Amino acid sequence: MKKIVLLTLTVCLALGAGSVFASPKDDIKAFQHYFKKRFPKVKFDKFADGSFALDKGLAVDMESQRDFPPWLDFLEDGEKIWKTKFPNGKSFASCFGKKVSKIRVKYPFWDEKGKTVRTLEGDIIACQKKNGVEPFKVGKGKIAHLSAYIVSKSHGDRIHVVVPNTKAALAAYNRGKHHFYAKRGQLDFSCADCHMYNSGQWIRGNMLSPALGHVTHFPVWRGSSSRKNLKNGDGFLTLEGRYVDCNKQVRAKPFKPQSEEYRDLEFFHAAMSNGLPIMGPDYRE
Amino acid sequence: MKLRAKPLAMAVVVMTALFGFQAFQTAAAESAVEMGKELANNRQKGNCVACHAFKDAVLPGTIAPPLVGMMKRFPNKAKLRAQIYDATATNPHSAMPPFGKYKVLTDKEIDAVVEWVYTL
Repeated sequence: MKKIVLLTLTVCLALGAGSVFASPKDDIKAFQHYFKKRFPKVKFDKFADGSFALDKGLAVDMESQRDFPPWLDFLEDGEKIWKTKFPNGKSFASCFGKKVSKIRVKYPFWDEKGKTVRTLEGDIIACQKKNGVEPFKVGKGKIAHLSAYIVSKSHGDRIHVVVPNTKAALAAYNRGKHHFYAKRGQLDFSCADCHMYNSGQWIRGNMLSPALGHVTHFPVWRGSSSRKNLKNGDGFLTLEGRYVDCNKQVRAKPFKPQSEEYRDLEFFHAAMSNGLPIMGPDYRE
Repeated sequence: MKLRAKPLAMAVVVMTALFGFQAFQTAAAESAVEMGKELANNRQKGNCVACHAFKDAVLPGTIAPPLVGMMKRFPNKAKLRAQIYDATATNPHSAMPPFGKYKVLTDKEIDAVVEWVYTL
């Protein structure tokens, strides 16, 4: 009898531990399955369109923005930045390689040597520092113009985040996962509360977008950011810039852009959309 | 005559005071309902309309159940208040912000919202 009890306990513990420490591969499968089941009519690739895949009225709005993209001037600025040489004669190509189309798909990735998650925007800043240039401010502006140009050359690629099976990489991944599911701020919302369990629902006139597909279109052109920017109407925002806004909306103190917290979150968040097409830059409300 | 007039005058005074108090009470309740309604539609305060539909709501959200028949659904007013104060106490996964616990609303404001919800 004692043996049976002990065996049952061991099996229960093992099963319990299994669900707490699920592998990233299992997480991705479960995460994507959740949305496929929640929105059975939406084809997998269409999740890259966010809320626009769920509502015909919103889709009309998106089509009109895609027909006459308001972001083209800023995209050109991004191309100029890419082509401009640093005072030392080098350019961004010295850090990223000459083929622009090969860059976006690598990010974010785990740097085992540096024991850190590397993001596209983080590496843009690192490149500037390496070449003795004052780095861009993060979140929006020039850094978003450059990354928008890089992303625009990557269409046809799909999100492909690899989480290596090392202690440090898994720890970073799990920190990102924790951020995603933990409630925060005075309003006590987790990312999952809105963008998983209530995705597709309306919060007054806005639809809560599904988290699956979130990372496909960044830097994003936000209509609301563009309207608020009275200086030049620039509506571009990087993913971490959006994290800052999201945290503020739930009345939580935002973390610093390119902080470990946000990089780890991007690592988890991007991995969940593995397999979806890269669409950026694209319009969102 | 004098002796009979006194109780009458007293009665008039008492009645006036009673009616006055009742009118005052009704006015106070009405103003609490008004205040509650205003808080429910204020984006910086209750913002109930972001998630709940209710009578006279303009472009309400679809996240949470519509606020109808609230007196029947919450015969115990204290339970309704507790739900608004901290919905996560009974359901940790609730997506409803804990308005009292995290001081999104003051105690007085929650009382007003409760009065308004009870009219729905």
